[in-house]
Amino acid sequence: MTSTATDTAVNTATHAAADTAAVEDVAILGVGMHPWGKWGRPFVEYGVKAARDALADADVAWSDIQFVSGANTIRCGYPGYVSASTFANALGFTGCQLASSYAACASGATALSIARAQILAGVCDVALVVGADTTPKGFLAPNVGDRPDDTDWLRFRLLGATNPAYFALYARRRMELFGDTPEDFAQVKVKNSRHAVTNPNARYTKEYHPEDIENSPMVADPLRLLEICATSDGGAALVVSSLEYARSKGVKSPVRVSGISTVSPAYPNTVIELPYMASDSWAEVGSEDESFKAAIAGRAYEEAAVGPEDLDCAEVYDLSSAYELDWYEYIGLCDRGDATKLLHAGDTSLGGRIPVNPSGGLGAFGEAVPAQAIAQVCELTWQLRGEAGERQVPDAKVGLSINHGMYGHGSSVIVTR
Amino acid sequence: MEGLFTMDEQDPRLIGGKGIGQQSYFFPKDLAGADPAGIALGTPERKEVLLSSTGTVWSYTTASYPPPAPYVVTRDPWEPFVLAAVELPEKIVILGPMADEVSLDDMRIGMKVELGLTTLYEDEEHEYISWEWRPCDD
Repeated sequence: MTSTATDTAVNTATHAAADTAAVEDVAILGVGMHPWGKWGRPFVEYGVKAARDALADADVAWSDIQFVSGANTIRCGYPGYVSASTFANALGFTGCQLASSYAACASGATALSIARAQILAGVCDVALVVGADTTPKGFLAPNVGDRPDDTDWLRFRLLGATNPAYFALYARRRMELFGDTPEDFAQVKVKNSRHAVTNPNARYTKEYHPEDIENSPMVADPLRLLEICATSDGGAALVVSSLEYARSKGVKSPVRVSGISTVSPAYPNTVIELPYMASDSWAEVGSEDESFKAAIAGRAYEEAAVGPEDLDCAEVYDLSSAYELDWYEYIGLCDRGDATKLLHAGDTSLGGRIPVNPSGGLGAFGEAVPAQAIAQVCELTWQLRGEAGERQVPDAKVGLSINHGMYGHGSSVIVTR
Repeated sequence: MEGLFTMDEQDPRLIGGKGIGQQSYFFPKDLAGADPAGIALGTPERKEVLLSSTGTVWSYTTASYPPPAPYVVTRDPWEPFVLAAVELPEKIVILGPMADEVSLDDMRIGMKVELGLTTLYEDEEHEYISWEWRPCDD
């Protein structure tokens, strides 16, 4: 065990220091989504609908797809664990290559990163990335069965610590450190609900006002029901290819994937993360270190050779209203603690300097875990093509998506045109 | 749940891990990652340490609705409880429910708390014990 662990550490250290500037782009030829909702139908149906839409959008025949990268769901039985073959079989097996992956909320970005690697390695020219989920009502919870050696099981059994509890701990820190208020948090929900009003794929298209949020039940103080991302059904898909393949299809300037980040935290991560019961200790380094979330964006910026000042829009993981504010800071739109200034100045609203969550975000969609990171890229693609209708960000050329999967899966994608 | 805390009712302690020759603490001892520097030094093993029994509140919230299984709901009707993240002198933040009698209004970031034991639930054969945080004097 010792020698293996040592080798791994050395390899990891080398890899972490590797030059990240030399990653080539791949083209996004097509995007597709099944609307988010609470339909209760098989997840495969959502994934197939999204895939067919993406193929039609790309003008690529299913029989031409050489590789399917599936983002798994753990809630829908065995077919969810082998999502690539599940979707491929539902579309009709063609003998193409498959990979299925799971990284919690980061699954979609992981699936995209695998497709990009296959394309850049020359293993395939054109790939389909798909994720879909059917979720139960209420809190996300571990699958059944006693697992006292799994911190996800332990945090529910021993502490009753739900996902919103963690979002609320972060929200309360903002109130303590930066003077944010519940009224500030509610304004995020108000903004995102306004963005979603005309989005055909959003689950909630009602425009909310501060009093609606104030009157909704408290779930995890200071967060109320309307400020916490719901669990949703939905599906999203991308057709991605080499730039050469795109040219052969007559697509001269496709929207491109220019950076993908799937980084882990670096020890010590002193922010208590889902689903852990404790943070890392900062006794050795002397001060708290919350660099993980910034590092997620950092890697994507490096690969794409752009910075926060280049962004025209961003899709960030607003698991709660307050959490969106953390992302403004972690992706470098402002200094730590200054997010409410951007919010109240309207900078992050449609029509502002850097619209955040033009789709309406998780506040308007809820979360369909393996589809969500893919859906973020769908929205950015529509924005960069100028096809986002009434929620269009004018002349958008660079967009960033960001989220993270619990246990420590970073996820960020930068698209450019 | 064995191995997470001592059953000493007078002075219960959480059982953590500490990298040998390092100031890196972990809770639970073997379920909370590792310091890659320790592994690179060829000393991935960690020893068991009893963590400090008092700390200060880093953040807190409420469970206003009953958490889903595997949480065992014992309050009928449901009464919200307070969940606290507590910073120990070992510079590690550990979650735990606050004692039943503590309400949200009693809470502030930075307040001092101490570890206690509580009955999580019981069945015909056993009482299942876990930890909680309790307000204490500075």
